[in-house]
Amino acid sequence: MTAERSHSASSAGHPRTAPSADGPGAIVSHSASSAGHPRTAPSADGPGAMVEFADVAFAYARPADRRARAFEFPGLSFTIEPGEVFGVIGPNSAGKTSLLRLLTRVLSPQRGEIRLGGRAIGALRPWELARDVAVVPQEAPRPFPFTVEQLVLMGRYPHGPRRFFEDAADVAAARAAMLATETLALATLPLDRLSGGERQRALLARALAQEPRLLVLDEPTAHLDLRYQAETAALLRRLNRERGMTILLVSHDLNLAAELCDRLLLLRAGEIARVGAPGEVLEQGLLEEVFGCAVTVDKSASGRPVVQLAYERG
Amino acid sequence: MNDARRLAVALAVLASALVAIALAALFVGSAGLSPAAVARALTGRAEPASVEAIVTLSLRLPRVAVAMLAGAALAVAGVGFQALTRNPLAEPSVLGVSSGAAFGVVLAQIMGFETGLVAALGIAVFAFAGALLAAGVVYLVSTAPGGLAVQTLLLAGVIVGIFFSAAITVIISVVDFNRLSGVIHWLLGNLSPIPASSLGLFAALAATGVWLILTSARELNLLALGEESARQLGVDAERLKRRVFLASALLTGTVVAFTGPIGFVGLIVPHVLRALVGQDNRLLVPTSAVAGATFLLAADTLARNVVAPAELSVGVITAFCGAPFFVWVLRARSRPA
Repeated sequence: MTAERSHSASSAGHPRTAPSADGPGAIVSHSASSAGHPRTAPSADGPGAMVEFADVAFAYARPADRRARAFEFPGLSFTIEPGEVFGVIGPNSAGKTSLLRLLTRVLSPQRGEIRLGGRAIGALRPWELARDVAVVPQEAPRPFPFTVEQLVLMGRYPHGPRRFFEDAADVAAARAAMLATETLALATLPLDRLSGGERQRALLARALAQEPRLLVLDEPTAHLDLRYQAETAALLRRLNRERGMTILLVSHDLNLAAELCDRLLLLRAGEIARVGAPGEVLEQGLLEEVFGCAVTVDKSASGRPVVQLAYERG
Repeated sequence: MNDARRLAVALAVLASALVAIALAALFVGSAGLSPAAVARALTGRAEPASVEAIVTLSLRLPRVAVAMLAGAALAVAGVGFQALTRNPLAEPSVLGVSSGAAFGVVLAQIMGFETGLVAALGIAVFAFAGALLAAGVVYLVSTAPGGLAVQTLLLAGVIVGIFFSAAITVIISVVDFNRLSGVIHWLLGNLSPIPASSLGLFAALAATGVWLILTSARELNLLALGEESARQLGVDAERLKRRVFLASALLTGTVVAFTGPIGFVGLIVPHVLRALVGQDNRLLVPTSAVAGATFLLAADTLARNVVAPAELSVGVITAFCGAPFFVWVLRARSRPA
């Protein structure tokens, strides 16, 4: 990651116009074309926010329960606009995963409301929510080795929870999702025979089979090597541009978030440190304060910020 | 649709095996009837009071039915517990649920439930309560902070099983032994013919349990991904877990009430079928029901013929098969992935 970024930073003055072949460079050169036109969030005159957190307060019932760290959201308010790529970043235990769990109703807020397209998610049936919001988890636990195709077909559950077997439309949607993620060739393989990267793509295919309006990714590139990181990033960008899919990215990878996202939300201990365009959020002073370590911030070829640890100072 | 066809083919194959074994079970036995005599009795051409009619219709036929019901119920209960705990080694006897149900039955017997349909229902209710109690304890122990590790769950099951076995021993020691004459034999898991009315009750309860799990099969596939993922895919996970938990306990309790604690059927049958039809619970549940019926019927036919004219308990046969099988599966799974 570091080598790639420093390379792109050094070529910042010469944005390449022709996309290079596959490989890590693809992201950088691809996005270079949009460097001068950073897309901004659609304005408020649209159909309303895709996601709205309105003063959402949450605390784990038993602080000793999970990671022995008391953690809470005192009251979180922000919106994700339709068609936006929105990133949530922050240090460990700042609340990134809890935010995701609140949005998918795995956790329920103690105060406030979370709305999806204007409707309170608490009023939706579980499968109604899953038709609109699909989650790509970091890694699926795998006690039973289902095949890739079986896994992807599970994404069709919310579209027909009363069906015993999937119908032809479900199978077609699953195939399209496998095609988009290049997992069609793996369809009959059991999950325990896949590499980490292949499994990640199968999980992405499952989420796409849900045909959601909002795609939520939890550390999407954690198990991927450089090439698949690049391809995943390109795929997400394509889904966003061509299908208008709204994307929520929860990631440790500040540079991936900076490259892909229209806006970032930086969390610090359950509170919003800052929301805004990557250039506004990824500021040296703010990052050093939130993460508690020294960093340098450069510009990539696309004009996006590139954050690096300052390993040695003086 | 493809899956529906695979299911139909698998069920057809398994059903023919079941029919073959059922016929074999009707024609062999310690009474030494000729095949012609058995055929006469089955087709209703024998005198009602003749030996062949009584042996075939009042002894062998009900026993075949009991074996099939118990085998189907135990295998499906195994699939249910496995899906619920996300552990392919989970099974009524391994989890101690059978012991809990057996405790319920022994309790019911000292309270005076003995024969007749009402007594059978009473015993079944006690067995169900015992199964729920044991399964609940195992569940609480194994979901304590730190997650649900494979070994934790099995250990919890063993401990609960030991506890209820000890409780049964206490009752047997304290109570007048004559009132519990059949208990020792019953505790080994023993199929014997039961009256038609009780058989009907057994069938109804087993069918209810199987139906509850079968109709949850698609959701159980999603639960295998983990509870959080299942919820995010739109499954009402709490409701699903309650339903399958109750159904699995009902199946276990029912079998224990009518036949005694027979071990390992719920482990062996689903495990073999996973290798044949895959992990999809929509295929696994119905095929396990038929294969479980076949397996237990075969084991019982063996049990009443190997040492004829004496009989082995069928639970002995399943334990002899199941214990080495369990060790083999555990070792295969414990290898670092």
